[in-house]
Amino acid sequence: MENKLTRNLYKIPYLLWILLFVIVPIALVLYYSFFDIEGHVSLENYRKFFTPVYLQMTLSSFWYAFLITAISLIIAYPAALLLTKTKHKQLWLLLIIVPSWINLLLKAYAFIGIFGTYGMANSFLKVIGIGQRQILFTDFSFVFVSVYIFIPFMILPIFNSLNELNPTLIDAANDLGASKWTTFRRVIFPLTIDGVKSGCQVTFIPALSLFMLTRLIAGNRVITLGTAIEQHFLVTQDWGMGSTIAVFLIIIMVLIMLLTNTRKRGV
Amino acid sequence: MNKLVRFFLIIAVSSAVILYAISSLNTSRGYSGGNTLTVYNWGDYIDEDLIKQFEKETGIKVIYETFDSNEAMMTKIEQGGTNYDIAVPSEYMIDKMRQEDLLIPLDHSKLPNLKNIDPRFMDLPFDPENKYSVPYFWGTVGIVYNPKMLHGKKITSWNDLWDPDLKNQILLIDGAREVMGMGLNSLGYSLNDTNRKHLLEAKAKLDRLTPNVKAIVGDEIKMLMANEEASIGLVWSGDASEIMYENENLDYVVPKEGSNLWFDNMVIPKTAKNIDAAHQFINFMLDPKVAAQNTDYVGYSTPNKQALRFLDKEVVKDERFYPSPELTKKLEVYENLGKRNLAAYNELFLQFKMHRK
Repeated sequence: MENKLTRNLYKIPYLLWILLFVIVPIALVLYYSFFDIEGHVSLENYRKFFTPVYLQMTLSSFWYAFLITAISLIIAYPAALLLTKTKHKQLWLLLIIVPSWINLLLKAYAFIGIFGTYGMANSFLKVIGIGQRQILFTDFSFVFVSVYIFIPFMILPIFNSLNELNPTLIDAANDLGASKWTTFRRVIFPLTIDGVKSGCQVTFIPALSLFMLTRLIAGNRVITLGTAIEQHFLVTQDWGMGSTIAVFLIIIMVLIMLLTNTRKRGV
Repeated sequence: MNKLVRFFLIIAVSSAVILYAISSLNTSRGYSGGNTLTVYNWGDYIDEDLIKQFEKETGIKVIYETFDSNEAMMTKIEQGGTNYDIAVPSEYMIDKMRQEDLLIPLDHSKLPNLKNIDPRFMDLPFDPENKYSVPYFWGTVGIVYNPKMLHGKKITSWNDLWDPDLKNQILLIDGAREVMGMGLNSLGYSLNDTNRKHLLEAKAKLDRLTPNVKAIVGDEIKMLMANEEASIGLVWSGDASEIMYENENLDYVVPKEGSNLWFDNMVIPKTAKNIDAAHQFINFMLDPKVAAQNTDYVGYSTPNKQALRFLDKEVVKDERFYPSPELTKKLEVYENLGKRNLAAYNELFLQFKMHRK
C-alpha cells in the first residue's frame, strides 16, 4: 500500500514536467496555428503552407539537413572507430567534445572572420596558389560550419556503441577467416547501427530547423523552415503562420522517429 | 549525498553574499527608493558624462539600462518587471505601444525646452502633437559604399545598384521594410505603398538584383562593411556613421529618388514610477548645449535646432547626415500599415530571399 503511494508520489514530477513542457507547448502551437494574422479562426495558414514558397523551403531544409547529416556521418564513423583504438580514448573524445561547450554564436562569429575575404582561409588559398575565393555566404560555408557544430553529437553515440562492442566477436570473425572489410560490414557495422541511428536523429532533426547560421554564415542565401519561423514570430508577428510551420516540423520529426524505429523491430 | 548538500549550500551562500553586495553598493551610491530614474535606451546611445551632469544638477540618481531591439524593449515593458521611467523606441514602435496602452502622455508644461526642436520634426504622423514622444535622434536609410573598391564609380541613385558590374558586391540589411522600400523607391513608388501590383513589381525588380547581392545580414553589416568584405551596403545612417568612423575610406549617400526618414524618441512608458523626474530628464536632454554634446558623442543627426549652433560647422553642413531641404521632402516616415499589409511585405521579402542566383 505504502509502496504504491510512494510510487505515485514519484510520478508527480515526471507527469508535471510532461504536462507543462511537452503537452501544453505542443497544444499551444497547434492552437495558434488555426489563427490567421488578424486573429480569426481559419485554415488559411495550412493552405499557405501548401504553396510553392513553403514547399520549396521545406525541400531545401530537407536537402541541407540531409547533406549535413550525411557528411557528419562520413566523418564521424571513421573518427569514432579510430578513437576506440587509441590508448587514451577518453581524452581524445573529450578534445572533440570541448568545442561544444563554447557558445554557438561565438563560434559563428569566429567563422565570419576565418572565411572572410581577408580571413585565414583565403590567405591559405592564396599561398597554395588557388587565389582568393568567396567562401563566406556560400552553400559550402553553411554546410561546413553546420557539420562542425553537429559532429560531436554524431561521434558520441557511435563512439559509445563501438566502445561497448564485445572485442571477442571481432576476434571470432578473424579466426573464421573473414577479411577486415567483411568483419566491418557483417559484424561491426550491424552491431553499432543503433549508435548511427541515434547520431543521425540528433543531427538531422535540429539541422532541419537551423536558423541563426542561415543569416550569419549563409547571409540568408539559404532559407530553411527555422528561418521562416523566426521571421514570423519576431518580425511579422504572425504567430499563426509560425506555429503552422512548427506543426509541420513536429509531424516530420515524428515520422522520422517512427520510420527509424520500426526498422529496429524488424531486425 | 553530503557532497550534494554542500554543493547547494555553497551556491546559496554565494548568492546571498552577492545579493548583499549589490544592495549595499546601491545604497552607498544613493540609489534608494524615491529619487531614482531608470532610463532604458539603445546600447552606447548617450554620452555618459551627461548622466553624471544630470545627477549633479538634480540630485536624482540614474539607473541606465540598454536594449538592442525595439521588440525586445516592448516585451520587457509589457511584462513590467522593472520600473522604467524613460524608454527610447523608434517611431513605428510608438504607434504600436500607444495602441497597446503602454505610454503615459507627456505634460508639455514641464518641457519648456521642447521649443528647441526643429518644427519640421514635430507633430509627425506617428505621434500627432507629440502627445507621447519627443524626438531624440533622427536619420535616413541609404547606401554606404567604398569608392576605392568601386574604382571611382559614383553611387547617387538606387538604380545604380542594378549595375551588372557590381556582381556579388552588395550587402543588404535584413529588414523587410528597408529592402522592399528600396525596391519601391527605385521604381518611384512610395515606401508606404500597399498596392499589390506595385509591391509585386518591386519584388520582381529586387529579384533581378539577386546576382549583385552577396548577403542579407543583421548588425554584422557594420563589421563586414568596415572590413571591406563588400563595396556597397544598404544601411541606416546611424550605422553608416559608425562604419565610416571605423573605416575612413567609406562614404554614405541618400539616393536621390528618396528614402526612409526614421526617428528614435524619448517616451515615458506605463512602467514609470518617477514621472516628474522623467520629465526633468527629457527637458534636460532637450537643452541645446546638452543635445550638442550628446550629438557629438553619438554621431547621429539631432532634431534640436538650437543645438546645431554648438556643433562643428562641418558636421552640420554635411548633407549626408543633414540632407538638403529638397531631398528631405522626398524622405518618408514608415507608416504603420496594419498587420495584413506588413505580412504582405514580409512574405514578399521572404520570397526575395529565397530567389537563387
